Amino acid sequence: MTSVLFDSPGPKARTRYRILGVVTALVIIAIVGFIVLRFAESGQFDAKKWRLFTFPLVQQTIVQSVGATLSAFATAAILSLALGILLAFGRLSDRRWISLPCYGFTEFFRAIPLLILMMIFYYGLPPLGVQGITPFTAVVAGLVLYNGSVLAEVFRAGIESLPRGQSEAGYAIGLRKSAVMTNILLPQAIRSMLPVIISQLVVILKDTALGFIVTYNEILFQAKYFGSQAQYGSPIIPSAIIAGVLYVGMCLILAGIAKWLESRMRRSPKVAKVAKSDIVAVEG
Amino acid sequence: MNTLLNNLDLFTTGFRNTLILFVVSGIFALILGTIVATLRVSPIPAMRGAATLYINVVRNTPLTLVLFFFALGYPKLGLVEIDFMTAAIIGLSLYTATYVAEAVRSGINTVPVGQAEAARAIGLPFTQTLTLVVLPQAFRAVIPPMFSVFIALLKNTTVAAGFSVLEAGAIRSNLSERGEPAMAGLLWVALVFVLLVFILSFVQRKLEKKWKVAR
Repeated sequence: MTSVLFDSPGPKARTRYRILGVVTALVIIAIVGFIVLRFAESGQFDAKKWRLFTFPLVQQTIVQSVGATLSAFATAAILSLALGILLAFGRLSDRRWISLPCYGFTEFFRAIPLLILMMIFYYGLPPLGVQGITPFTAVVAGLVLYNGSVLAEVFRAGIESLPRGQSEAGYAIGLRKSAVMTNILLPQAIRSMLPVIISQLVVILKDTALGFIVTYNEILFQAKYFGSQAQYGSPIIPSAIIAGVLYVGMCLILAGIAKWLESRMRRSPKVAKVAKSDIVAVEG
Repeated sequence: MNTLLNNLDLFTTGFRNTLILFVVSGIFALILGTIVATLRVSPIPAMRGAATLYINVVRNTPLTLVLFFFALGYPKLGLVEIDFMTAAIIGLSLYTATYVAEAVRSGINTVPVGQAEAARAIGLPFTQTLTLVVLPQAFRAVIPPMFSVFIALLKNTTVAAGFSVLEAGAIRSNLSERGEPAMAGLLWVALVFVLLVFILSFVQRKLEKKWKVAR
């Protein structure tokens, strides 16, 4: 690897780098070793603590909780993409009575913590007489409102970063604004923003774990339940390890798709080049 | 309005703890994140590998799981005992540091190549090239993404409510013990957050203007 930050090493620097490399490796091995040792010493690797997870029924429940996480993720992802497109169109509207409320909506829901949104749905609405709020609807509604607003900004940045000639050409051949938006600008915006959109999908997947706090029956909720089974030695750390592996695995698969798409897109000449600074930073 | 005024003690302690969580973990995340970003661009492959691994693993773990581990799993290891507040600060710092590191690294990439080349040409080694020439410029370029990281951190502090920290996210359960309507309390909490986020974005715009890189 070449970098502008350092010169290619000479003989002296190479030995220095090698020594530092070994030292780094040793430090990392020491840290990881300490953690593993600590786990082993406090009996986290004992067969007794893992026995619970050998039962077929328990494994079935874990698979079910993965399904619960994935179904909340899929529902929220599709709905927030739709909401995002709607809000982006609203914000780009020429009519102020449409664009202003959409602007307020996105700013407002991006500023509220997702957990508070979920709580508003789960604890706030039922006493006011709203029927049929399950943990699932609360989780999905919170995710959709928050991520829909974030995605709206992503779509808007994508549309605005397109060359002006695109929309001008659309108007020149007599298309209305709605047709220019849906047929010309949106497909290009989605293509150029795909990496950002998918990293936002990873955020949705990660945020389903908040459902744990509003008693949605997903991976972490099950993990806590299994972790508190006293007759199996309260295997809270083994179940945290299992949950961690599941989440990291699912997110890495999604992130892998994002990387693959990005490398595919970079080869395609059709994608308008989006200036990196135009892409809004998206955070979970 | 009555819900807010009658329970002002709950709201003030709640938001005080939220702000403590935010400021302390923000500072730790900034320091740790900058170190990790430095490791990620360093000439030593082992350091680059370690930093990349840390970022990839923690970024793909939900914050809830990170806090779950520190609040519920850590006490079982028989190490130094920590209270829930400290556990939340450790979890939030470790989680946010990865986002800070990515922001700083993208900032390093925006600094024109000529800057680092000039630094090397006058004989500065890697650490000085980075700390004296590149990073000061990178931090200026990186204010907008850095602030969205911090805004995310501010909102993420509410997750700690699920792990026995009495902060803004926990106001609801304490209110319902007093028999107050949940909705009113939650809406007040939401409103304060909207206000805090607006203050942060205001500071961001000020800093952006003040530290604009003249090119």
